[in-house]
Parts: sequence; C-alpha cells; structure tokens
Amino acid sequence: MKARISIPAQANKGDVLEIKTLVSHPMHSGFRRDAIGALVPRDIIKVFRCEYRERVVFEAEFGPGTAANPFLSFYIRADRSGEVKFIWVDQHGEQTEQVKLLEVVDKIK
Amino acid sequence: MKRRTVIVGAAVGLAVQLVPSVLAGKLKKTVSEFYGQENITAGRVHLKTPPLAENGNSVSLVVEVDSPMTEKNYVQEIRIFADKNPVPNLASYRLSPDSGKAKVATRIRLSNSQIIVAVARMNDGTLWSGSSETIVTLAACVEPLL
Amino acid sequence: MKAVPLLLSLLVMVEATVAIASDTTALPRSGYEFQSSDTQSLQDDDFKNPGMLWVDMGKIRYSEPAGSTGQSCADCHRDLPESVAVSFPKNNRHLGVVVDLTSQIQHCRTVHQKAESFEYESEASLALTVYLGSLSRGQAFQPVDSYPQDQLKASIDNGRLYFNRRKGQLNLSCGNCHEESVGKMLRGDLISQGHSNGYPIYRLEWQSLGSLHRRFRSCDIGVRAQPHDLGSATYIDLEAYLRERGAKLTVETPAVRR
Repeated sequence: MKARISIPAQANKGDVLEIKTLVSHPMHSGFRRDAIGALVPRDIIKVFRCEYRERVVFEAEFGPGTAANPFLSFYIRADRSGEVKFIWVDQHGEQTEQVKLLEVVDKIK
Repeated sequence: MKRRTVIVGAAVGLAVQLVPSVLAGKLKKTVSEFYGQENITAGRVHLKTPPLAENGNSVSLVVEVDSPMTEKNYVQEIRIFADKNPVPNLASYRLSPDSGKAKVATRIRLSNSQIIVAVARMNDGTLWSGSSETIVTLAACVEPLL
Repeated sequence: MKAVPLLLSLLVMVEATVAIASDTTALPRSGYEFQSSDTQSLQDDDFKNPGMLWVDMGKIRYSEPAGSTGQSCADCHRDLPESVAVSFPKNNRHLGVVVDLTSQIQHCRTVHQKAESFEYESEASLALTVYLGSLSRGQAFQPVDSYPQDQLKASIDNGRLYFNRRKGQLNLSCGNCHEESVGKMLRGDLISQGHSNGYPIYRLEWQSLGSLHRRFRSCDIGVRAQPHDLGSATYIDLEAYLRERGAKLTVETPAVRR
C-alpha cells in the first residue's frame, strides 16, 4: 500500500487542520466478476486510524462500499508538537504505517 | 457552460426539496435494524453527494455535523447507510474532541440510484441524521477485468 | 416522486448533448469536457487524483537500479526532456519498428538494464509510463522540434484506416462513435471525441490506472470485435494516428475518466 498524506508541517496551537490521505488499494468488493466470470474475492482495507498525542483522534471503518484507492479527509486540532501516525489495516491484518511530524507553535500574541 | 450550470442548479434545488426529511420504507428499516428503538432526529447532519454520478465506482461524499467539538460536546460517531448497496452499512467514522471539526470527506461506491443517509451519535447519546439523493447512470459497456 | 429528479437529470444530459454536439473536425475537444464535474474535480486536484499514486511510484522506480547492470533509468537519461512522452510513438531505428513509450521502456529494461521485462499492463510498467507522461502535462500534445512525422507516415496511415474501418459483430468503426456521434448518449455515457491526450488514465470503470491499449481493447470488445494484444503493431499505429488527430490538445496525463 502506497500512501499520500497531506498535513501542514507547522501550525498554531488551537488551529483545526485538514488532513487528507490517499492510499493505493484495489478494494476488491467481492461482488465483481473477472473476464471468465469468476467472482473476484473480497480484499479490502478494513480500518484506518490516526493517532496523535498518544491517542486515537480519528478512526474509520472501511467496507466494500468504499471506493478503490480510498481518499479520506478529516480534521484534527493542533495542540502540541509531536508525531502524527497514520495506520491502515487490511482484512488480512496487514498493517501499513506512516508517521508525519507536526510542529505546533504558540500564536504570536 | 452557463446554461448547464443553471439547469444543474435547478436540478439540485429540486432534488433537495424532494429528499424526505423523515426516513422512509426500506431505508428506515435498514437504519432502525442498526439502532433499534432509539430515536433519530433529522438535522445537524449535512450530507453531500452529487445529484448525478456518472460512475457508481467512485462517488464523492462529504458529511459535516454541527458541533462545537469540545470535551463536553462532540460527535462520537458518524455512520453512512446506502440501503440499495449489497452491504448497506457502508462506513463509519469515529471522532474525538481532538478532531476540532466534525467533517469527513471520502469517495464511496453506489450500486444503484438511491438515498444515502448519515447518522451521527453525539457524546450525550442522541442520534441525528441527514440524507442525500444520488442518481447513478449506467455505463455503456460494463467491461470484464483485463 | 422518483420521476421528477430523473426527468431533471435527463434535462441536464439533453442540455449537455445540445451544447457539445458540434462540428468535430473543428477544434478537437479533450475527453475532460465530456466528464461530470465530480470527475473533473478529481483530475484537477493533484492530491486526490488517484493516477498520481502511480506517478509517485514511477518517480521512485525511475531512480531505482535494476537488472544485472545495476543502472537506473536516471543513470543513462540524465537530461531527459519533459516532452519525451509526447514524442512517442516513434521509429526505433535499432529495432526497425515504430514503438510506443511503454514498449520502449521494456526495450530499455531488457536490453540496456539487462533486467526482467515488465508485463505491458503491470503496475511497474504503468508507473514508469505515467510518470514520464506526467512530465509533459500542460504541454502541447503535438511533439516539439517538428518531429519527423514522415518516418511515422506509414504507421499513421495504418492507424487512420483502422480508425475508419467497421469491425466486430456490431459492425462499427471508431469514427462511427467518435466522429459522427459525438455528444450523443450511449446509455449513461456521453460519447466523446475519443482523444488520447490524457493517457495513461485513471478510469473509474477500471478503478485503476490503465493504458491506452487497454482502452482500445475495451472498445474492440465493446463492438464484439477480436481485440488485439497490448503493445501490438495495430494498436501502436492507432496510437500514432490519434496523436496526429489530437495534436491541438494539451497533455493531461494522468487524466481521470469514467
């Protein structure tokens, strides 16, 4: 799974940041048939998690109804500098993880 | 280009008028099967999908819930239902006060023209809903995989 | 209840038909103009465009050492012009045939890098092809330096014949749809002029990036004709003709189409 992540490198404390993710995955629903008519078995990402400040700030449960190469946009509130972890888990339990560093500064008063 | 914008605008306007504010029929059954006897109030949840999708494989979905997203008052979970899909319980998103904003955007699959519903659970336990209707047009040739 | 939104959507489609069905021998129109605004917005957003996932992969591969030579593409092609993709199909004088970009990459890989060949539609092959194509984004589809078209003349002529020849059980030529029926509806599809300026494309129907030759196969299967192989001379000739036919367009690789 290759992932693209869009997150500001720096933010002011209290800012609400939009995070965008795009990950390569066919998300085979299990309902489509191949060229000879056989069902292509389900093969999907099941869970996406974003961890920040040592806790899960956002979690998504994907299903066969999520489009292939899933795009997801969500928000987090910047509080303190640290790692923002992005974790995708597929139905086989295989995990893909990416980490981005977020620098949070106090607003200039 | 302008003519098309006006007509699409009219189409969207009318579609919004026609979207039922109360869940009806099979869709209501799908949602209530999940939430049981709990009361769901229509409102606070703004679900946006295009009125016309030229391919059901990838349809844009944006859901936003009115909420200050503080420790005392936040959206816990948003669930998406599409009852004409083979798996009607389409996706769910769990938020936290650290989310800052209760807004999620993604792309979904729709197997048919239908009304899509989003149900949000607040931290006080209440349930709120919003819906959107999308017409999915059929491709000319549904081709086999290579 | 359902009839009214359906009627309105039909109105939208009819309106679109009226606006677009015009003289196709005039300025060529990119397939982009025939997509819904939702699909167009996917192409316009460099982050959301799923085709960019393959561009990312291609960029990495381009600098990766490969084969027994341990050389990467970048090692040899230090000053690769951004317009390189647009110059294909072209005559490869070593091979003595007209090649498309993907076949050229395969040739480089097996002969110069001494590595295993890629399958035409494999992820690796598509990634490199789309990466190189993306470098030409926004440029004219017409190759610069007045690329010697006469070297390709026979290829383009063959391609033109194929384009205009009726084929398959449905007995349709490419031109029957993409010249004579532009702007008309084929079920839910608005028929475009069938240009190739966005390839390789992310096709919603495929839920993946795919090559131009894959699209040719789909169309041939669609009219119930015998499809040709990916990378075949027939499809390379057709690709050469489409390049000339769409010369006034700009490159949109990786485009998003339904």
